[in-house]
Amino acid sequence: MAEEKELQFEQAMHQLEEIVQKLEAGEAPLDDTITLYKRGMELSAHCQKKLQNAEKQLIRMMDQEGNESSFDPTVGEPNE
Amino acid sequence: MSNQTFLTVQALTTYVKRKFDADPHLRNVYVKGELSNVKLHPTGHIYFTLKDDKTRIQAAMFRGRSSSLQFKPENGMNVLITGDVTVYEAAGSYQLYVQTMEPDGIGALYLAFEQLKKKLQQEGLFEARFKQPIPQIPQRIGIITAESGAALRDMYSTINRRFPMAEMLLFPALVQGRGAAPSIVKAIEQANRTEGIDVLLVGRGGGSIEDLWAFNEEDVARAIFSSRIPIISAVGHETDTTIADYVADLRAPTPTAAAEMAVPDHVQLVQHLNNQQRSMFLAVQTLLKQLNKRLETARSAYPLQYPDRLYRPFIEKLDHLEERLRRSSTGLIQEKRLNFDRLYAGFQYYTPIHRIQQETQQMKQLETRLHRATEQAITSQQQRFVALMRMMQALNPLQVMERGFSISYQEGEVVKSIEDVAVGKQLTIQVSDGTIETVVETIIPKEVK
Repeated sequence: MAEEKELQFEQAMHQLEEIVQKLEAGEAPLDDTITLYKRGMELSAHCQKKLQNAEKQLIRMMDQEGNESSFDPTVGEPNE
Repeated sequence: MSNQTFLTVQALTTYVKRKFDADPHLRNVYVKGELSNVKLHPTGHIYFTLKDDKTRIQAAMFRGRSSSLQFKPENGMNVLITGDVTVYEAAGSYQLYVQTMEPDGIGALYLAFEQLKKKLQQEGLFEARFKQPIPQIPQRIGIITAESGAALRDMYSTINRRFPMAEMLLFPALVQGRGAAPSIVKAIEQANRTEGIDVLLVGRGGGSIEDLWAFNEEDVARAIFSSRIPIISAVGHETDTTIADYVADLRAPTPTAAAEMAVPDHVQLVQHLNNQQRSMFLAVQTLLKQLNKRLETARSAYPLQYPDRLYRPFIEKLDHLEERLRRSSTGLIQEKRLNFDRLYAGFQYYTPIHRIQQETQQMKQLETRLHRATEQAITSQQQRFVALMRMMQALNPLQVMERGFSISYQEGEVVKSIEDVAVGKQLTIQVSDGTIETVVETIIPKEVK
């Protein structure tokens, strides 16, 4: 599942939706169906994990020179 | 009259101008009227005529003043003007020199808003075909607003609550006052130069029309229109609509709403994922059920249950055919034999040996008959010849004449009757040793008894 680390959330969602559509159309041969189902479940788990593990993010601020700094606007001042 | 001095035009004009300039009432006039004959000079100066029902006055507004106008003067517009009146010496006319100009009745900002809206609308900047789609699940969200505003806090906490996976990148900008519009334009341009930003939120919290004014500036509108990144406008409260709202790809009524539109709700996403899982499961289950059912149907099919019934009819048919074959072949042979026998008998009957034998026999018979007939014919001819010879001997007239008989001719014809001769005619009489020539003297017919 090393490749899944690289897979973007949206791509994973998109692939998952395609698989569901294919399965619901019910036209794939049985062997393919099992493969698709397995892949769909993996994608779903991958997405769930990403969602659940997502942490609250800070805002990165770009100044006009393109320098970045992070801060939490609910706290107030930039912290670096 | 002669000692009166005549003024030059310039002297008179200068005098009149001095009178105008000296009058404090003309130095700071408040005047209202209708604009007409408006000429916007490329240098930025504006020339027009201010008029009411009965009168008119020439007016000019120089660039230094006109550049701060927030609306575009148009013919027919009613305006409130402050300025001063003086003489334009070159034309010998007096003119109103405008310092400020405000639309009469409605606010200048409102008018400017309506004018820009109309202009951009005519250019097509608000058309739906230019709206870019907003990505459903953005990875990086650019935010253009004031670094310390409530709008940023609202957007930040909304995005973190709904979809904490998304990165947020702030491009700080002034959002009110002088310099706000160029600052916003710069931030939009900077965001567009930055890699990987999926969507831009541009906005600020609510305020007066003056506070929100930067979002009604033409430069800001054009920067939003030109942005490669889809933009959600997030200006003010629900009731505030700015030019930026019209030109943005998606309009949100508030910054919080913009953040909600920008990202999906992760609770809903989890739900969606669960639904997808269930859908997959159901789809596979349904498929398996269907396949099972098909398999069952196939297995319980009549032919598979009683396979012998499949070929039973064929066996029967084969039997029938064999039977028919046997029957028909026997009959056929018999018939052929009969036919043959008949033909052979006929053939034997007509065989040439019989014919030859027959013909030979017939020929022999004919030969025998021929011989016999010939012999008979010869014999009878000989007998007839002998008889004839005798008859001829007996009938030989010469022999008869020797016995005294003669033959009379008249004119070469044998006389057999008195009818054959006439009196006086010559008559030749042949006897056995010569002829006698005589003449007929009388004819005496034989007496009939």
